[in-house]
Amino acid sequence: MINLRLPRTEAFARLEALSRERILILDGAMGTQIQSLGLSEEDYTGCGGGCACHIHSDKPQKGNNDLLILTQPEAIEEIHLRYARAGADIVETNTFSSTTIAQADYGMEDKVFELNREGARLARRAMDRAEAEDGRPRFVAGAVGPTNRTASISPDVNDPGYRAVTFDDLRRAYGEQVRGLIAGGSDLILIETIFDTLNAKAAIFACFEAFAEHGARLPLMISGTITDASGRTLSGQTPTAFWYSVQHAQPFTVGLNCALGAAAMRPHLAELSAVADTRICAYPNAGLPNAFGQYDEGPEDTARQVADFAREGLVNVVGGCCGTTPEHIRAIAEAVRPFAPRKIPA
Amino acid sequence: MTNHLLRLSGLEPFTLTPDIPFVNVGERTNVTGSARFRKLITNRDYAAALEVARSQVENGAQVIDINMDEGLIDSKAAMVEFLNLVAAEPDIARVPVMIDSSKWEVIEAGLQCVQGKPIVNSISLKEGEDAFRAHASLCLAYGAAVVVMAFDEKGQADSFERKTRICERAYRILVDELGFPPEDIIFDPNIFAVATGIEEHDNYGVDFIEATRWIRQNLPYAHVSGGVSNLSFSFRGNEPVREAMHAVFLYHAIQAGMDMGIVNAGQLAVYDQIDPELREACEDVVLNRAPKVGGTATERLLTIAERFKGAGAKEEKARDLAWRDWPVAKRLEHALVNGITEFIEADTEEARQAATRPLDVIEGPLMAGMNVVGDLFGAGKMFLPQVVKSARVMKQAVAVLLPYMEEEKAANGGTGRETAGKVLMATVKGDVHDIGKNIVGVVLACNNYEIIDLGVMVPPQKILEVAKAEQVDAIGLSGLITPSLDEMVHMAAELEREGFDIPLLIGGATTSKVHTAVKIAPRYTHSQAVYVTDASRAVGVVSQLLSAEHKVAYIDQVRAEYRDVAERHERAELAKQRLPLAEARANALAIDWAGYAAPAPRFLGTKVLADWDLAEIARYIDWTPFFQTWELKGIYPRILEDEKQGEAARALFADAQAMLDRIIAEKWFNPKAVVGFWPANAEGDDIRLFTGEDRATPLATLHTLRQQTRKREGRPNVALADFVGPAGVPDHVGGFVVTAGPEEQEIAARYERANDDYGAIMVKALADRIAEALAELLHARVRREFWAYAPDEGYSPEELIAEPYRGIRPAPGYPAQPDHTEKVTLFDLLDATEATGVTLTDSMAMWPGSSVSGLYIAHPEAYYFGVARVERDQAEDYARRKGMTLAEAERWLAPVLNYVPVASSAA
Repeated sequence: MINLRLPRTEAFARLEALSRERILILDGAMGTQIQSLGLSEEDYTGCGGGCACHIHSDKPQKGNNDLLILTQPEAIEEIHLRYARAGADIVETNTFSSTTIAQADYGMEDKVFELNREGARLARRAMDRAEAEDGRPRFVAGAVGPTNRTASISPDVNDPGYRAVTFDDLRRAYGEQVRGLIAGGSDLILIETIFDTLNAKAAIFACFEAFAEHGARLPLMISGTITDASGRTLSGQTPTAFWYSVQHAQPFTVGLNCALGAAAMRPHLAELSAVADTRICAYPNAGLPNAFGQYDEGPEDTARQVADFAREGLVNVVGGCCGTTPEHIRAIAEAVRPFAPRKIPA
Repeated sequence: MTNHLLRLSGLEPFTLTPDIPFVNVGERTNVTGSARFRKLITNRDYAAALEVARSQVENGAQVIDINMDEGLIDSKAAMVEFLNLVAAEPDIARVPVMIDSSKWEVIEAGLQCVQGKPIVNSISLKEGEDAFRAHASLCLAYGAAVVVMAFDEKGQADSFERKTRICERAYRILVDELGFPPEDIIFDPNIFAVATGIEEHDNYGVDFIEATRWIRQNLPYAHVSGGVSNLSFSFRGNEPVREAMHAVFLYHAIQAGMDMGIVNAGQLAVYDQIDPELREACEDVVLNRAPKVGGTATERLLTIAERFKGAGAKEEKARDLAWRDWPVAKRLEHALVNGITEFIEADTEEARQAATRPLDVIEGPLMAGMNVVGDLFGAGKMFLPQVVKSARVMKQAVAVLLPYMEEEKAANGGTGRETAGKVLMATVKGDVHDIGKNIVGVVLACNNYEIIDLGVMVPPQKILEVAKAEQVDAIGLSGLITPSLDEMVHMAAELEREGFDIPLLIGGATTSKVHTAVKIAPRYTHSQAVYVTDASRAVGVVSQLLSAEHKVAYIDQVRAEYRDVAERHERAELAKQRLPLAEARANALAIDWAGYAAPAPRFLGTKVLADWDLAEIARYIDWTPFFQTWELKGIYPRILEDEKQGEAARALFADAQAMLDRIIAEKWFNPKAVVGFWPANAEGDDIRLFTGEDRATPLATLHTLRQQTRKREGRPNVALADFVGPAGVPDHVGGFVVTAGPEEQEIAARYERANDDYGAIMVKALADRIAEALAELLHARVRREFWAYAPDEGYSPEELIAEPYRGIRPAPGYPAQPDHTEKVTLFDLLDATEATGVTLTDSMAMWPGSSVSGLYIAHPEAYYFGVARVERDQAEDYARRKGMTLAEAERWLAPVLNYVPVASSAA
């Protein structure tokens, strides 16, 4: 049974204490870092040699970034470590698409639990190394992406009542992912890039179930994404409606990520900050991608805009999404240092 | 915030703040409360059922109650289906829902369909504490507020004591044990029918009102709700009396703290407007008072009830249907923008009858309406679910037209296809994002296109195979992640290689017009790659691309646009690398003036040359630009033998020669020229002119602009001033203005009056050529006789076209000196208007148009170049030198500015 009275994990208490002292730093983009490695199909499947885990599949795996957890673990651990060294307190596991639903496109459904457990483990290894280097505590956030299906929008306009995925499909898929992330030692669960709140609600439900089994409640981070000029989620909710819909998760943070860069995010973040009685987390893209899909915004540019969030008292946790690099995170950490974390409204 | 307010959400938030006395929960979408809705659901008429929901929201319901509890209906399936349909109706889904059922499995199925925060109606202690805890915990996990019925193991609470005891017990379990937010608890202490004639029922109204008061005082933050219509059950069939009872009851219950109720928002009497006699009788019943007139309250109400029966129910607030009076095209647009299907068939039929062909309705008003949708979406005034709804309206309209289009096709021999075209859609290899692609797919499908959707991560080979096998009419590629851009480029090259000639549509979050224009379109020349901004634009683009009538023109337009985009992109790329003016000057062209013997012109000052032989000038005509004027692209004389254009070119050339012969023979034009030379020395980027060879008295200053492009090693950043010797070098500069004469205007007008546009254009084109030829001829004479630095030059007119000679004649307003205002200085120096009749317009154009002006520079190393874009530092410097304000300089240099001027109020 769902239990809101579960004890909290020990990391939960440490994070709470730390978040009262200062603005916490989340890491930056994983995809951009992986892209810069220029990996081939053989690298993705681990068949290029030098790797213990060879993946065999009829489907091409190039682009299945999560799979690199198993096939290129050193490379992923290195990226985590770089972010930790750049000043991230919290790094996200490389598991954005590690659900049976998202992996179905790659035929990798049976690898999902392993991906999440190993993804958390290798992030933890990187964090242990970083802690050993500078003595600062680091946390691993198990990343839970939106999948590529929408639970409240029909993909068939002729049949608006049709759904390509149900709440239960999502709950089960997320459940497997979250259990793997907890098994691998995640300190938090981060449900991110939410474009359909019903998907997120299924993920929250799955977390409640997994926490009950685990016997303790992990801190939850919940992050929506607003990409329309209308200022709504893809599924049509305003930022406040979004917060009301996920408030029952009693999250450690609620916030926004990805989308159109920091400048476009600001008004929506301000709206959330005004209504949410929990910490606010913002990790925008490095501006808008240019016509060729690259992010031009330099570390200083992004950091300046994120520092504006901090100056205005809008945020408790900041980081970067698409196009950001360890340099961006270093600049962001530097830029927000003078500012106190947002006071949670009583 | 933890101020304990009830917060709910649909697409929009709802907060029950203290200034909202009462939350109206719409009850018309409840099969137990509405016979009409029950019938609609039983008959599976979901479109009409949605209209019921919509009208409730329009009538002000802040939450809508949805109940499917009916023995003949699969309640769970109906709940899921209806909630999923509501989710696709933004004007309904904007409010939160109340999921109403006596069966938990129906409630849970409903909870799995709503993205917002709903209310569950209801849970209770009916089946004991364990079930109550389990249901409440699930409500917590789904994120819902709950209605808790005053119901326990023994049954429904009817008295004040039972109501309050059960509610308190439930509250303690929820709040103290489960940690349920107290503000998310809504108690329903049961409204029962009064005035039934049974004495035990008489106090039900009072019991409810008093229990409400107690709950609000003793169970912090909890709310009270109830189903009001139960109250008047015994007066079924007498709507005016029922409404009066409800109004009176609510008036008192709300004062006691009832803050939510399931009521028909469209049918509620206003307490103050109820007939006082009826109101008093209702109050006696509700508050269980003895009537002043004696007897029981029930008897009294029964006595007067008949009198009020005929008063007629208040009509439901009429929906605003003013738009129904608009012209049909406007109505179609309104229906598309607002997603209203109700009248679309009739309106489409009306439009069809007024149109010549059924297709005209689609390409006319319907597409116009969809374009409005696209604009609103782009401006953030509509959002995606609404756009998808608009697509649905479009589909219904198209469905009305289809049979007529089929009929038309059959009448024309019936060889056409069934659909508007076949479109293959795919998310490219390596990318798994397909939501946008799916939306484009459905919108196109709505418009009668057959969609072959290959899904995600589609390898190029598969796309080629299917495209071939299915003989598709267009291919749509989608991608969201950056590497997909390269896949699309690759795909375009593959299509080219395989010899495809069908349009390629590009869409997805990272794609762009620039990328399509620069990287994709050039790889696929057999047809056209077109960037589609969003789903709402897809139909317009595809219909143009597949229309036999519009295709060529549309592709030409896209190509021209993309060429422009690509050029602008290239310029922008170059522009990124500008040098500061000081650095550019440091890299100026360094001519070795010490070793240069500057030739002196044969005269100083100006000379007017009026007596020209048109036949002599004609020998210097460069015919290639003449053909370009007529949009025949090719080099003269080869163009005359060109396989495709040769015939047209020869005919044109013959006509031109015939007219030229008359021009010469009949002396149609009276060309004039003025030429001048002055002692000159460069000083920085300027050229100083002097009145005499002693160079003591300044005459004028010519200003020049310097290239600021970052150059390859060894290449200078040149300005025209670099070609003129500095102080100490006895250098000179010349200037000229030539014109074919003003006669051209009058002659062209004469042709126009005779409706001979061809002749009019021809004479203007020839006048232009004559002016240019005169400039060429004059330049040759300058080199040979006036300045005479090349007295033995012997180039033929044909050879001159390649500019093999020494020296240049750069013109203000052209790439080497983009500032047109330099013509003012030149005209003053030459007194050109007096000499030739040529004047300058406000925008520095020469009139008549067949005129040419320029400077003469004699140094052998002088060459034609483009200044290209300049930075603000040069604009500021230039303005200072010219004695202009910066804003004025920026206005004249606007086309070459490499920055956006700040306060461009002058522009």
